[in-house]
Amino acid sequence: MNILRLSTKNLLRNKLTTFLNIILVAFGVAILTILFLASTQIGDKLEQNAKDIDLVVGAKGSPLQLILSSIYHIDFPTGNIPLKDATELMQNPMVKRAVPLALGDNFQGHRIVGTDSGFVSLYGLKLVAGKFWSRDLEATIGSGVAAEAHLKVGDKFFGAHGLSDASDEHKHHAYTVTGILQAQGNITDNLILTNIGSVYKMHEPDHDEHEAQKEAEISNKEITSILIQYRSPMSVVIFPRMVNQSTNMQAASPAMESARLFSLIGVGIETLKWFALLIMAISALSVFISLYNAMKEKKYDLAVMRSLGASKAKLFFLVMLEGLLITVSGAILGLFIGHLALHMIAHYQESSQARLTGLYFVTDELYLIIAGLVIGVVASILPAIQIYRVDIAQTLSKEK
Amino acid sequence: MISIQSLTHNYHNGPTLKFPDWEILNQEQWLLLGASGSGKSTLLNIISGLLKPQNGKVNLNETDLYSLSQKEMDRFRGQNIGIIFQKPHLIKSLNIFDNVALASSLAGVKINQSRVMDLLSSLGLEDKTKNYPEELSQGQLQRVSIARALVNKPALLIADEPTSSLDDENADNVLKILTQQAAENHASLVIATHDRRVKDKLNKEYLL
Repeated sequence: MNILRLSTKNLLRNKLTTFLNIILVAFGVAILTILFLASTQIGDKLEQNAKDIDLVVGAKGSPLQLILSSIYHIDFPTGNIPLKDATELMQNPMVKRAVPLALGDNFQGHRIVGTDSGFVSLYGLKLVAGKFWSRDLEATIGSGVAAEAHLKVGDKFFGAHGLSDASDEHKHHAYTVTGILQAQGNITDNLILTNIGSVYKMHEPDHDEHEAQKEAEISNKEITSILIQYRSPMSVVIFPRMVNQSTNMQAASPAMESARLFSLIGVGIETLKWFALLIMAISALSVFISLYNAMKEKKYDLAVMRSLGASKAKLFFLVMLEGLLITVSGAILGLFIGHLALHMIAHYQESSQARLTGLYFVTDELYLIIAGLVIGVVASILPAIQIYRVDIAQTLSKEK
Repeated sequence: MISIQSLTHNYHNGPTLKFPDWEILNQEQWLLLGASGSGKSTLLNIISGLLKPQNGKVNLNETDLYSLSQKEMDRFRGQNIGIIFQKPHLIKSLNIFDNVALASSLAGVKINQSRVMDLLSSLGLEDKTKNYPEELSQGQLQRVSIARALVNKPALLIADEPTSSLDDENADNVLKILTQQAAENHASLVIATHDRRVKDKLNKEYLL
């Protein structure tokens, strides 16, 4: 019979109070876990996907929207730019590599991206099966798409108009899967790559009610945006200004825009963080009150144990241990709930592009366990110190 | 052998209590008699090392109790003195077996399972070992506390008013058990009481 077993038994005797306290701690920790996990994952994703891209050029509009649509494939594109202007820009001597993008269609929510082989080298893509697209209506799909849509090399599928799940399918032309990409852990896992010609072909006149509008689009040959890598870092200053001032297009820097995006999300994260800290403070108070109240009832128990030969230090740890058991098991339960909750959120998440996962661990979680320990110590130290004040002889002879 | 010499004690703004010297030989059984307020409980607390007296010495088998540090004293008490309180004072969250075994582990003695079981069955509690204190009657609880006091084979068994809350029959029983168990376990016995029913049951008396 050690003091660990004794304190566990004491806690089990007051199941409801113990349960309430554990849940309180767990709740605070779970919220913090979700925040930590989600913000790290979002930060990582933002960074990874924009890794080698210095600049995005697209139609005028919101720069953030341009970045979101062309790099993270979340928002809608700002519009289209004339192919002629784009080609001119791509041949600029300051540009080391330029990758054109033609967006507008999807397959079961996965975006179909018309591009060229520059995209492959920009993201360092590799194949696990088949080959890269070469002709019109051939598609190379990301690992995530293959898994979710159960597509294999040689399968055919119809793209749908729009960027999210839509029933408006391009029934006239079917894509053929020619290759499947290796999982990269970034956005390309959820994309369907094809050539720009295929995207044009989809929108050729003669098929649906969008006819008139599409006709104009195609006859002028437009694309959505260009991803640009500079030849030298010096271009950071000159090139975007040149684009913004002398052309009808706009240039947006992924680094700047993701920083701006993150500072916007940051306000919400900060608020939630304080909320979670408040819950944890309340849980500390609750643990303290229950231990403190229990001390009144336990005074006899403790005096008896002293008379049976337990030292003050031992009983001090007994009370401390009760507080620590509650908060540490609360913290561990909270971590578990946090991961589980995030995993469930991820499961029901609609945008496959920014999918989060609960099977991800950050070092900050260790701090949460430590926080659990600290809360336990803070909450139980006052009740535990009372051990040193209990007069055994008096306590035991008082209850006549 | 237990001896007390020139003990005095006074509580804050209370009268000073003086205790006559006393020698208890091994396996002797004593009654500690006195009216309430005469200092019976105080003397018991001093002998059991729970209350430090203002003056005087308490020796138990050549150990001067109050020369020990607080921690040594706690351990010494746990191993050498078994105390039976007026109320059983069992730990509610532990079952009967664990309540008795707890006395061993708190005193730093290895738990001897068969010793615990033997004691409990000699007190007629062998079928209650898995029960919790709230499921037992007052008399049964008192017997558990006797088992708990005896589990570490103490040299001295002290009982403070063990019969005051019991009816005649139970009081008689408890007394019988105490004297019998003290003898079987080779412990000296001191029973403090002002209960008339207990008088004359033991041959040695210490009057306050």
